[in-house]
Amino acid sequence: MAMAMASKPAIRSFLRSTKFPCPYASVTARHFAHTPFRAESRPNAQPTNHERTTHFGFETVAEAEKEARVAGVFSNVATSYDTMNDFMSLGIHRLWKDYFVRSINPGSSSSSPPSSGWKMLDIAGGTGDIAFRLLDHCTNINNSPSSTITISDINPDMLAEGRKRSLSTSYAHSPRLSFLLANAEDLHTVPSNSIDLYTVAFGIRNFTNKDAALREAYRVLKPGGLFACLEFSGVTNPLLDAVYKRWSFGAIPLIGQLVAGDRASYQYLVESIEEFPKQEEFRNMIQTAGFVVPGKGWEDLTAGIAAIHKGIKPVEKS
Amino acid sequence: MALLLRQSALRSALPRELLAACTISLSFRNFSVLNRPPPNYEGHVPLTRLEKAGLAVGSAVGSLINPYRGDLIAALGEATATPYFIYRLRDAMLSSPTGRRILRDRPRISSKTLSMDYLRGLPLNTVGRAYADWLDREGVSPDTRDTVKYIDDEECAYVMQRYRECHDFYHALTGLPIIREGEIALKAFEFSNTLLPMTGLSMFAVTTLKPVERKRFFNTYLPWALSNGLSAKEIINVYWEEVLETDVKTVREELGIEKPVDLREIRKKERARRKAEREAKQRSGDSLGIN
Repeated sequence: MAMAMASKPAIRSFLRSTKFPCPYASVTARHFAHTPFRAESRPNAQPTNHERTTHFGFETVAEAEKEARVAGVFSNVATSYDTMNDFMSLGIHRLWKDYFVRSINPGSSSSSPPSSGWKMLDIAGGTGDIAFRLLDHCTNINNSPSSTITISDINPDMLAEGRKRSLSTSYAHSPRLSFLLANAEDLHTVPSNSIDLYTVAFGIRNFTNKDAALREAYRVLKPGGLFACLEFSGVTNPLLDAVYKRWSFGAIPLIGQLVAGDRASYQYLVESIEEFPKQEEFRNMIQTAGFVVPGKGWEDLTAGIAAIHKGIKPVEKS
Repeated sequence: MALLLRQSALRSALPRELLAACTISLSFRNFSVLNRPPPNYEGHVPLTRLEKAGLAVGSAVGSLINPYRGDLIAALGEATATPYFIYRLRDAMLSSPTGRRILRDRPRISSKTLSMDYLRGLPLNTVGRAYADWLDREGVSPDTRDTVKYIDDEECAYVMQRYRECHDFYHALTGLPIIREGEIALKAFEFSNTLLPMTGLSMFAVTTLKPVERKRFFNTYLPWALSNGLSAKEIINVYWEEVLETDVKTVREELGIEKPVDLREIRKKERARRKAEREAKQRSGDSLGIN
């Protein structure tokens, strides 16, 4: 017991230090109604980064501020990420991710013997959920041991979590897996036309400038390369939507408080889902970036709670 | 249950206890999670009845499993304080002149408002010095308390915040340490004095104590807590910032509290006794040639 008493102050200070300063200290209004954009103060001047505004959940913030606020949220949720995902989606997120990877069928090749493996880039893939699934699919199903993946994330804590998790896979210190700390809106270390597959799962709604990220995706993909995005979207069934909204805004922040000790971060997450463009609008954004979309461009999962958007970078006509 | 009478008419007609109980039923609480009313104070999160119930159950279970989750204990306190109990405590403050002054001044206890160096420099028997010594001994600071989020009435939110921030002063006043045994004993005392449900619910934590600790609790500390808590004046009404330089014994006498047996001393003696017993057994084993 003496040992426990001696370490109690250490435990307390550790627990205190893991509680990052909440980025919401100054937020008061948490209305459901949309907050209007701030009107431009000088209509003739060119808007600077500080005057352009964007959404942070239901709050309107300066663009320059959003990145820092999102960073705060994800530093807070990093370690309890999977536990919380399981609670919030009742485990269904695993099914979504498995299906997402299956439908991409990475590592597949139409030539025989198969060509060299796929070069993949998983954006906002910090904890490695998608990346490890992609590599497993390449190796086990498509027999493509030369496929490689780079896990990229803007948040060092999420990336650290990914590195930790990679240790229990067979890819731990292999050349097939690499990590990149980068902002998806500016992947200057990734050469143009170099990637076969660009994936982003449950990440793009947190980006400050989604169009810039889509343009970067277009740049780094090879012609014929695939852009695949798994993200929360609009529920198509009105009855399910009513239940879903109440679950999102009632249960999820509560679970965040109970499991992760952080209501505010999960309040932000559900608000960001609400703010994100729904299926058609997002498909249009993908097309604007230059991609060609197959069919109607998206596939609903669980009646639209999530959706898979795909786009192909067109091959130049010779 | 929802009486649609005007508050002023009710206040003059009914006794204080019934008023406290009725206050909650008079306020409008029919909203859904999709259209929460605006917050009443900074950090306020209005919860629906179902959410409050869920929070109460979830935080009770969570804090029993992991008592280091101070945020869950805080949330449990807030979720179970209404109806009635936090209003009763606020009314207890309103009934005393010091309590009224505290409610008017709304002092906060943090490392910014109380200088640790000043407290450490006070004479040995003062409240402030006992508080500082206790903080140092247990290795905690006055900044570890969460802010109140889930109590709707703004004044009651302050009462809860005040109770939370004074908790360490109660430790210093009674001398109980922050180990599980000490915390449970203090919670029993707080329950019999403040009647906050969370303090009473914390009694379930006795199931997590070792048998010898549990026996000690039921034989010594629970009787002490109940008799002192019930007979003492309301500890929420102590204006701690004003009695920092007063002798601790004086404050105890004024409140009507007697200090319980020093828990750390008892445990130290217990450990020493058990160690001596073990060594004696070892030696007798040696001498008999058993080992």
